[in-house]
Amino acid sequence: MDNQSSNAVEAQSEPNVVSAPSTLQRWAQSDIWYSYKRSPIIIVSSITFTLLIFGAVFSALLSPYTPFDPSSLNLMNGFTKPLSTNEFTGDYFLLGTDDQGRDVFSTILFGLRISLFVGVVAVLFAMSLGVVLGLISGYIGGWIDGVIMRIADIQMTFPSIMVAMLLYGIGKGLIPPDLRDEMAIWVLIISIGLSEWVQFARTVRGATMVEREKEYIQAGRLIGLSRWTIMLRHILPNVTGPILVIATISLALAIIAEATLSFLGVGAPKTEPSLGTLINVGRQYILSGEWWILLFPSLTLLALALSVNLFGDWLRDVLNPKLR
Amino acid sequence: MDSQNHASISTLVKKTYQSGALASDFRLACKMFAFIIRRLGQALLVLMAVGFVSFAMFKFMGDPVENMLGQEATAADRAELEERLGLNDPIVVQYVRYFQRALTGDFGVSYRVGLPVGEVILERLPATLELAFLSGVIAISLGFILGVYTAIRRDGYLANFIMTASLIGVSLPTFLIGVFLIWLFAVKLGWLPSFGRGETRSLFGVDLAILTWNGFKSMILPAVTLGLYQMTLIMRLVRAEMLEVLRTDYIRFAKARGLSQRSVNFGHAMKNTLVPVITVTGLQFGSIVAFAIITESVFQWPGVGLLFINAVSFVDIPVMSAYLLLVAVIFVTVNLIVDMLYYAIDPRLSVRSN
Amino acid sequence: MTKTFLKLTAASVALCAGLSAVNAETLRWARAGDSLTLDPHAQNEGPTHTLAHQMYEPLLQRDMEAQIIPALATSWEPTEDPTVWEFKLREGVKFHGGEDFTADDVVFSFKRAMMPTSAMKELLNSIKDVRKVDDYTVHFETDGPNPLLPNNMTNLFIMDSGWATDNGCEAPQDIANGGDNPCVRAVNGTGAFTLESRKQDSETILKQNPNYWGKGEFPLEVTEIIYTPIQEGATRVSALLSGEVDLIQDVPVQDLPIVERTDGLKLNTAAQNRTIFFGMNQGADDLTSDTVDGKNPLADNRVREAMNIALNRDAIKKIVMRDQSAPTGVIMPPFVNGWTEALDAYPEYDVAKARALMEEAGYGDGFGITLNCPNDRYINDEGICQAAVGMLGQIGVKVNLDAKPKAQHFPLIQNKETDFYMLGWGVPTFDSEYIFNFLTHTTTDKLGSWNATGYSNPDLDAKIASLASETDQEVRNATIAEIWDTVKSENLYLPIHNQVLNWGMADKVNFAVQPEDQPHFKFLTFN
Repeated sequence: MDNQSSNAVEAQSEPNVVSAPSTLQRWAQSDIWYSYKRSPIIIVSSITFTLLIFGAVFSALLSPYTPFDPSSLNLMNGFTKPLSTNEFTGDYFLLGTDDQGRDVFSTILFGLRISLFVGVVAVLFAMSLGVVLGLISGYIGGWIDGVIMRIADIQMTFPSIMVAMLLYGIGKGLIPPDLRDEMAIWVLIISIGLSEWVQFARTVRGATMVEREKEYIQAGRLIGLSRWTIMLRHILPNVTGPILVIATISLALAIIAEATLSFLGVGAPKTEPSLGTLINVGRQYILSGEWWILLFPSLTLLALALSVNLFGDWLRDVLNPKLR
Repeated sequence: MDSQNHASISTLVKKTYQSGALASDFRLACKMFAFIIRRLGQALLVLMAVGFVSFAMFKFMGDPVENMLGQEATAADRAELEERLGLNDPIVVQYVRYFQRALTGDFGVSYRVGLPVGEVILERLPATLELAFLSGVIAISLGFILGVYTAIRRDGYLANFIMTASLIGVSLPTFLIGVFLIWLFAVKLGWLPSFGRGETRSLFGVDLAILTWNGFKSMILPAVTLGLYQMTLIMRLVRAEMLEVLRTDYIRFAKARGLSQRSVNFGHAMKNTLVPVITVTGLQFGSIVAFAIITESVFQWPGVGLLFINAVSFVDIPVMSAYLLLVAVIFVTVNLIVDMLYYAIDPRLSVRSN
Repeated sequence: MTKTFLKLTAASVALCAGLSAVNAETLRWARAGDSLTLDPHAQNEGPTHTLAHQMYEPLLQRDMEAQIIPALATSWEPTEDPTVWEFKLREGVKFHGGEDFTADDVVFSFKRAMMPTSAMKELLNSIKDVRKVDDYTVHFETDGPNPLLPNNMTNLFIMDSGWATDNGCEAPQDIANGGDNPCVRAVNGTGAFTLESRKQDSETILKQNPNYWGKGEFPLEVTEIIYTPIQEGATRVSALLSGEVDLIQDVPVQDLPIVERTDGLKLNTAAQNRTIFFGMNQGADDLTSDTVDGKNPLADNRVREAMNIALNRDAIKKIVMRDQSAPTGVIMPPFVNGWTEALDAYPEYDVAKARALMEEAGYGDGFGITLNCPNDRYINDEGICQAAVGMLGQIGVKVNLDAKPKAQHFPLIQNKETDFYMLGWGVPTFDSEYIFNFLTHTTTDKLGSWNATGYSNPDLDAKIASLASETDQEVRNATIAEIWDTVKSENLYLPIHNQVLNWGMADKVNFAVQPEDQPHFKFLTFN
């Protein structure tokens, strides 16, 4: 059931992948595929998400301009309206330009890439940390469990933006100035990741404690399987469902958290702007009439976070047998 | 996952209490006391850790001396002020000195406004607390109503719409929602004030905006902005809890007994969702205080969050340290209370944590 | 039924209109920052001085055109000994608490402002002694002839000596040692307004002083001021657009058109006393942030010249500043003594010529360097830097932009840890000497504290030193012109523009913009 679900998820993001007929048949007949086919919202949001991923991955190919190469910019292109040609330079811009003459469409593609990168890597980081600690905590128990859970408690007391601000401050100090812009992204990833591992750890720990007592695990122990083999090969597959759900919701949270941090000036740097950075810059133009600088990045972020959230919602309902 | 246990926990608790003898009550109290002491010790450690981390961080936030002296200041003036402020001492020395003073209630004087930090924070705290309170009320009441509704009408069109629409609130950063609300309700429609706290009225020496109409109107936009995220969270939690509870044998049995749908929904099912929801809401209070930083600076709401942001840009170290400690104290306190409630409800916890 | 309702509505509308006519003397004023303290000598900072100016008064002040006018002094001139100035004080002035204003208060206030914990002491460091001659005459003795002494006094507020002593604030508070005193919270000045209530960062209410000495001399149409700092630019403009405030300073440039377009609002503009420019470390043998080893490309004047003509100042003005700036070729605003049109002229933007110069200097392939820039100090500071990065990229100078909050940016300049940086400079004394002392003199204990260019020219230093005591204005001005010629031909700095100030206000308000961004509300009138 759980292997099935992870296959189904992969299949949704890349529907055209050719897999072995047996697997294909398996998920085609599954409840998940049935539920997927029946909910138009999920179809729309998964298509949106796929398109956004596509745009982010191929941003360099798709964007008509190179917005972050300073020498290619012409300031006179600044504040060009969407779907129009600049009167001084004759350049055409699909979604207009910002205050520095950067093509908004291109900046969104690159921003999307940064936002997704930060979100995905932060969640992967949180997930690996949470899963490992959760497994150890649940399987080994004892004082190790106590220590890990206390740390989790402390972590939970601090809201994500506080953790991120603190870490960001420290990171900024420890990293030499000329590397700061490059490292800023990693500082973001670690701070957002750190504020989200607890959920993974708690879920995995709970499930592990239940599985640990089951007969097949006892049997595995008897035939001399190592602790890690039992944890990773036998216990972990049983919790992939909940982990996937948490990961999806965490992804949306991480993307929004990064955007929020940019308001506080600790988000992605302007040389490598994320969608949040772009929105924070565009915010200045809400009254002035240059609506496109704010609107388009905001809509992109909304589409991204909303599709991920909807997908996570659906996944949770589908994977929870009690709700069916 | 957890929530599943709660229904059973509460029934278990009831049983324990009904059958429990006085002696076991006493033992429980003793254990509880030890537990509290232990948690207080941990809390103190957490506070000291927060203090140290923040001190280490301040070193890199800029130079307060720069802001405190005008552009005419000479290098000698700057060196002299740095010496006077003790900024040349190692971080550990500064930290110990700060904690010694803080223990006596002296948090120093703000570099930025020249007032004692304790006084500044106490003056600002009511504004943040009343904003957090109103946004909490909005989040809880709306979250409950919508959560129960969407659970009962699980596949209804309106319920599905609410579920989807509520996600919009968590799919945009708070600051953007705030700016948008100002643009719509203050500039375009002119219905609500765009900034500040409006009139305040004093109650037991505390100035509160919520007590005047004008002040209340000023609170609406920031409170909605701040509460939107929590509302969505509570609504989803209530819905999930309701859906699970509605499927339990206990509810099935109630239905089988022929109780009306209404009394099953509200009398039985909803009651059982309360415990986890209240717990989560309690823990969210800390988040509300932290996110108030953003809301307060968008709406120029004169609370501790705005104070903190100003302190950051001025490198006002005494205010930043005191604020972080305050936030840590709030979180630790809320956590402690929640833990104590758990402990009181679930005696098994004592076995587990030993 | 409907008719009565309509009548009632009409009546209440009339009533409201009537009420607002009565309230028309209240001015609701917002700007980005709040005053930091009410202690008049504890901070040397714009918004703090602005609020203090409404309640406290200096001996002499700058009016709305930035001309010096008498305030608590009626006349001032050097005595026969050029190191002693005589100030005659205004008689019959009372503090808000009813105390008489006398020479004792002046002596007290100046001594207070010269104490170690005062933020104003640097402006007064030429003063050796302040002496009371009689109740309404004060002598200032300087350590040499100082023709510009009065210029340093326009933000130096006079407190009542008795009140200050009674309240235990003989000295400006010592923040470092937890010092706290009532003068931080209360005000007893001689100014046109008295303090009604104040909540830091939230709201300050002032009422007109019924006993103000200047009645009849100033319009004094404002009877009440409600001052609210609003940090977020969009929120501040929203408050003006929705009619919640009557006057805002610090209008973000992108919002100027909407303020201008909106019915019932208008925009007043004036050139500000502040020039924005880039500094380059040309004194070092090698730079840390550049990509050239063993050499300092900025030490070559041809490179500096090339960078100077590669800056498209008109484009910065048009796009980044929305036409709200005055591009310039010299680091001084036009009001300053020493300014000429020839100095102000900026070179034509010419990429081809700049490239040729780079080639000539041996940097045909360009070089890389880091530009340090503040992001919360000047109007669109970071935007200007970004634009400059693009423009310099055109001539092969690959600039890595490092934009930071001011608290982290300025220490780089003061500690000389930057190779290429943005700085803005205002001239409170309205004289070139002030600029030279801080920006072109070799860095010493007292002078050149903001000169991070590493430029050191003993010849120039001698000329700058001579300005302080030169009493012959013509000779002095000739020296100033010579110094500027050197500064300009050496391309010591790359000037960008002079900032333009904009205040947005309701139509009913008549108020000209003051070049130092210091509104004095006693001058404000209503339509």
